[in-house]
Amino acid sequence: MTEPATTSEKRIGAGRPTAPGREQRVLEIIETARMKRPRFKDTRITMSHGAGGKATQTLIEGVFVPAFESDELAALGDSGVVTIGGSQVAMTTDTFVVKPLQFPGGSIGELAVMGTVNDLAAAGAHAQALSLALVLEEGLDAEVLKAEVAAIAKAAASAGVSVVTGDTKVVERGLADGMYVCTTGIGAIDERAALSTGSLQAGDRVLVSKTIGEHGTAIMLARGELGMESDVVSDTRSLWPVADALLDAVGTDLRCMRDATRGGVASALNELARASNVGISVREADIPVIPEVSGASELLGIDPMYVANEGVMVAFVAPDAADRALEALRAVPGCEAAVELAEITAEPPGMVLVETAFGGRRVMDLLAGDPLPRIC
Amino acid sequence: MKFVDEFRDAELGQVLAGEILNAVEPGRHYKLMEVCGGHTHSIYKYGIDDLLPENVELVHGPGCPVCVMPMGRIDDGIAVAARNEEVILTCFGDMMRVPGSEQTFLDAKAGGADIRMVYSPLDALRIAKANPDRVVVFFAIGFETTAPSTALTLMRAKAEGVENFLCICNHVTIVPPLRALLDSPDLRLDGFIGPGHVSTIVGVRPFEFIPAEYGKPLVTAGFEPLDILQAIRMIVAQLSTGESKVENQYKRVVPYEGNPAALRAMAEVFELRPHFEWRGLGFISQSALKLSEAYADLDAELRYEVPGVRVADPKACQCGEVLKGVIKPWECKVFGTACTPEHAIGTCMVSPEGACAAYYNYGRYQRGRPAEEVAV
Repeated sequence: MTEPATTSEKRIGAGRPTAPGREQRVLEIIETARMKRPRFKDTRITMSHGAGGKATQTLIEGVFVPAFESDELAALGDSGVVTIGGSQVAMTTDTFVVKPLQFPGGSIGELAVMGTVNDLAAAGAHAQALSLALVLEEGLDAEVLKAEVAAIAKAAASAGVSVVTGDTKVVERGLADGMYVCTTGIGAIDERAALSTGSLQAGDRVLVSKTIGEHGTAIMLARGELGMESDVVSDTRSLWPVADALLDAVGTDLRCMRDATRGGVASALNELARASNVGISVREADIPVIPEVSGASELLGIDPMYVANEGVMVAFVAPDAADRALEALRAVPGCEAAVELAEITAEPPGMVLVETAFGGRRVMDLLAGDPLPRIC
Repeated sequence: MKFVDEFRDAELGQVLAGEILNAVEPGRHYKLMEVCGGHTHSIYKYGIDDLLPENVELVHGPGCPVCVMPMGRIDDGIAVAARNEEVILTCFGDMMRVPGSEQTFLDAKAGGADIRMVYSPLDALRIAKANPDRVVVFFAIGFETTAPSTALTLMRAKAEGVENFLCICNHVTIVPPLRALLDSPDLRLDGFIGPGHVSTIVGVRPFEFIPAEYGKPLVTAGFEPLDILQAIRMIVAQLSTGESKVENQYKRVVPYEGNPAALRAMAEVFELRPHFEWRGLGFISQSALKLSEAYADLDAELRYEVPGVRVADPKACQCGEVLKGVIKPWECKVFGTACTPEHAIGTCMVSPEGACAAYYNYGRYQRGRPAEEVAV
């Protein structure tokens, strides 16, 4: 039968150092380890290193950043910002390896344009010029290539950006999934912008520009491995209108923006919490998700906050500017569902906490690698 | 979502939390084990801990099939995949990152082994039919919850004469590890939240021995937050009156006698192994399944040479004591130093929901609220 609590409490840890002291020491060891720059110890690259979670972060902060000793890179923004002839220019590059090449709501060509345009937009720059590099697999159907080239041209026109240079390589059959696309973009930083990943302060508010998780869900379902069908389509779109509207409405009260692609909104929040050494408190009940995405996520045991988007901007704004920013966001076509879903806190630094809709609390950490379906 | 959201109602949650607070005796400590990993997941996801009085403690049990897999079995799977070119090893997603003695499935895949994630054993059978020149080995894991689907898939493979489909069977059963826990002289548990998913198959009857022989209450529970709170409420009620019996909170899904058709399929395809090693708990007799005589020709362990080497848990690892509630994670000798989520030694650190991983990541921020703030 049950023993009285006092007895069992006394027995726990008998012969060990007194509990509070030891527990405190252990927590301090963990905290020190957490704050250290991650060290890359893996012997091989695995799929986890490309998933946008902890493994990716370790690769970037443990290998790339220390090797290149570049302040612009070390800022870890969606774009690097450099000064050329007195003006500030944002530059970014992205490689697209999506499978299947075409999916509901988009295709690799459109994605390759918008992904780069959006990384520039997050830095407060309207994309001006793009480079386009194609890696084509031997045997690729010419019609597929033409369709993607047309998609690239159409997306570039709609985003108001020119493709000014390019490169083509062909690899043997089996070495690429049809085609890989790499785009690099540049654009001048808008004069209304004063954005920095390190500028978040307690009290600042976090907005998202629309419902989340649609792109990743559409891709997962389009692969046909799940035997599920739905009407979810990718949300691929240019985010420059979003950035433009926010800059117009609140100017320098806009602290920072993040294009919430791979790793989802949760990863974007974690990266910013770390970069600004602040906490972020998310209200789960306010997270905007369409029923199809929450249904698919529920079945797969995946949290939509970690699912990739291609048209969702996460914006961090000063407290007084939050309402104006939200109003401006909702006026952008396609962003009617924009919401404020989180607040910056002083504690705990570097961490994202969630107030669950059920009234509890949990930590929303970076994932180790890809979100894997659970069996139990 | 209909029929789901009803069980996540925050207001009802507050009511139940208030009832639990009123029912517990101040000064008495309640240590309850949720047996199933699915419950642990829900408890974190909804922050259920935050709704409980401070003197109600939840201990995470051995019911996560991924976490209890010993390193030697992972090594066996990797050996079959890596040493035999014709083999495609298939497994559930959450198995991919579980460490063997040297590497995970994800690492072995990066090293060239053909290892693929599937969502069900039928997917593995489909891959076998699509690749008649290869041999597809399904690395089967899980308690009685997943064992019937493995059994039915093997029955279908046999009936259809699919000759290139084999299975490495790691299925385990829930009652023996529970008995092993209950038999240990230093056990500190007051009651159990029974495994809902397993019970849909085996029913409630197999758990009757817990109150009968050990005098501890068990309430079989569903996986929504209200299910779990209600089960805790029911256990606390039993403890207050000094009763101990098996109750079924999850009647909408779990019949007392379980699922006879599933049990018949399991009986045809599987037989008990004399003993099986559990990570953190050691060898437990008759606690796992292997393929029966009639299905021996589908047994990959008989077809291929498997190392079958027992890789001992490191001596310093105290997972067993954490599982029994004897020590807290931070009291383990290797916690936070040799054993971290990045380089896990024991079962409790392997899964993000294991007691040690959860404490490592969130220990400082969980259970931050004093009891009086918890509920009305």
